[in-house]
Amino acid sequence: MVIFTHLDERVFMELFGIPLQALLSQLLLGLVNGSFYAMLSLGLAVIFGLLNVINFAHGTLYMLGAFLAWMGLSYLGLNYWIMLVVAPILVGAFGILIEKTMLRWLYKLDHLYGLLLTFGITLMIEGIFRSIYGVSGQPYSVPDLLQGATNLGFMVLPNYRAWVVVASLIVCFATWFVIEKTRLGAYLRAGTENPKLVEAFGINVPLMVTLTYGFGVALAAFAGVLAAPVIQVSPLMGSNLIITVFAVVVIGGMGSILGSILTGLMLGLIEGLTRVFYPELSATVVFIIMAIVLMVRPAGLFGKEK
Amino acid sequence: MNKKIGIAVLLILLLAAPFGIYPVFLMKMLCFALFACAFNLLIGYTGLLSFGHAAFFGWAGYMCGQALKVWGLPTELGLIIGTLVGALIGLVMGLLAIRRQGIYFTMITLALAQMLFFVALQMPFTGGEDGLQGVPRGKLLGFLSLDSDMTLYYVVLAIAVAGFALIVRTIHSPFGQVLKAIKENEPRAISLGYDVARYKLLAFVLSAGLAGLAGATKTLVLGFETLTDVHWSMSGLVVLMTLVGGLGTILGPIVGAVIIIMLENKLGDIGSWLANATSIDWFNTLGDSVTIVTGFIFIVCVLAFRKGIVGEIQALIGKGQAKSSH
Repeated sequence: MVIFTHLDERVFMELFGIPLQALLSQLLLGLVNGSFYAMLSLGLAVIFGLLNVINFAHGTLYMLGAFLAWMGLSYLGLNYWIMLVVAPILVGAFGILIEKTMLRWLYKLDHLYGLLLTFGITLMIEGIFRSIYGVSGQPYSVPDLLQGATNLGFMVLPNYRAWVVVASLIVCFATWFVIEKTRLGAYLRAGTENPKLVEAFGINVPLMVTLTYGFGVALAAFAGVLAAPVIQVSPLMGSNLIITVFAVVVIGGMGSILGSILTGLMLGLIEGLTRVFYPELSATVVFIIMAIVLMVRPAGLFGKEK
Repeated sequence: MNKKIGIAVLLILLLAAPFGIYPVFLMKMLCFALFACAFNLLIGYTGLLSFGHAAFFGWAGYMCGQALKVWGLPTELGLIIGTLVGALIGLVMGLLAIRRQGIYFTMITLALAQMLFFVALQMPFTGGEDGLQGVPRGKLLGFLSLDSDMTLYYVVLAIAVAGFALIVRTIHSPFGQVLKAIKENEPRAISLGYDVARYKLLAFVLSAGLAGLAGATKTLVLGFETLTDVHWSMSGLVVLMTLVGGLGTILGPIVGAVIIIMLENKLGDIGSWLANATSIDWFNTLGDSVTIVTGFIFIVCVLAFRKGIVGEIQALIGKGQAKSSH
């Protein structure tokens, strides 16, 4: 009798030869990564919509967010929750500085120069952090409140990972709500379509552009603070991620806010599944999907050719 | 007439250079100059910004190294294989990337090159983090031993000059004129009946093949190939070389490559000189901070110096001529 129950359990707990627990935890990890993709590609899309700049520095500013969290804790004793608010504000202010002093001068030129400028900024910031902290990661522990795991019966859910997914979903949908459903968002969308006309209606478009860039990079920094306890904080964490996020953006297309969020989450999940069933491909699967999407639907899943 | 004298002087200087300067260093410069010229064919004359050229450069280097070291093929065949590998990757990447325009094109090339970086990282033959070591130079055409740096220098010089001549010829050919038309006004080129996608693809493959030749030659010169050459920062470096020298100028990429390679090698010396001159100790660490300096040059170039060195000189000469004709 006892043996039978045991067998039943085994059958129930395995799927395609993979223990259910391992599968679910990889899926959760995929969802966590997907949340980062979603937040970063959302920021990229919002910035691109209004500024026509592909912000290569997005990954670096994500790294900066994580580093600020780590520095706040190590040098000033500021805990995770404080830095979750402070780091995005600081990075947002830094973004505003970048926009005001540098990006501003490139709007009339080819889009490529915006990419090249932000690429240069990436190299500089990354180089500075590398020369101070080296390439190895700095550990950052999970905040006390979210330590441990909850047993859901079918799996053990690490509290922190669940928090990352929930927090990023809230932030993503709040952004979607502001852009699609409020008056401010309406100005923003109108500015994306025709900035001259919006300006003629008496709206301060240059200010809106500055604040949009600041908000977009603050979002990246928020993602960075969320990421700090999951992955080690290292100067290289941003640039490796941003290229994958570019692929996500190509797959989703930058036309739709909801599209960016969904594509990010979906690709995180697919990556998680690949890690279970065919780990060799997990680093490249996003790029392979990108190639397939380009062949089948060049404008991207949610995109309209701009 | 002036031009011919200029070219003759330049050639004599290039022929005499290894007697004064360390040949391996010169050969490295030549390889990067060819790489940057190949890249410039795309950005400067077709208006396509590729951020994936490291894939052609690095993978050509790996395959050339593999052909010479493991398969024991003759040197010239190794170089040809490298070139073909570059062109082939360029064909596949081009077919995909050309489906999107502008900034998407750039992101796609970057993403596909990153994928090939991961492949290089995982494949056993590339040696992963250690790289592919001990590539023999062999004998050219079976009798000319390349073990001497001097002999190899003249072979590399011939390769670089031939590649450069091909690029100049392409730019001035009817094909090159169509590329320029696409760069200036794509809708008009389409309305004139040109199959724009095919022209772009051809330019992309040509550029990738030449980048491959440069990468294969570099492996032959240095005798090893590492992940640095397939990494995205290498794609960025070739953009920077071209930008510093001047996008869309014939000599610009060469000037840019020479400056950036010199800078990478001599940054430590420049740093200690600056530290002495200004007595700020921090400059002594400059040699370890190549990326910071590269990033800084990038920012300055984009903001204030978009024509590049050769472009600015041309603009100055143009102004002078305009004045004297009045």
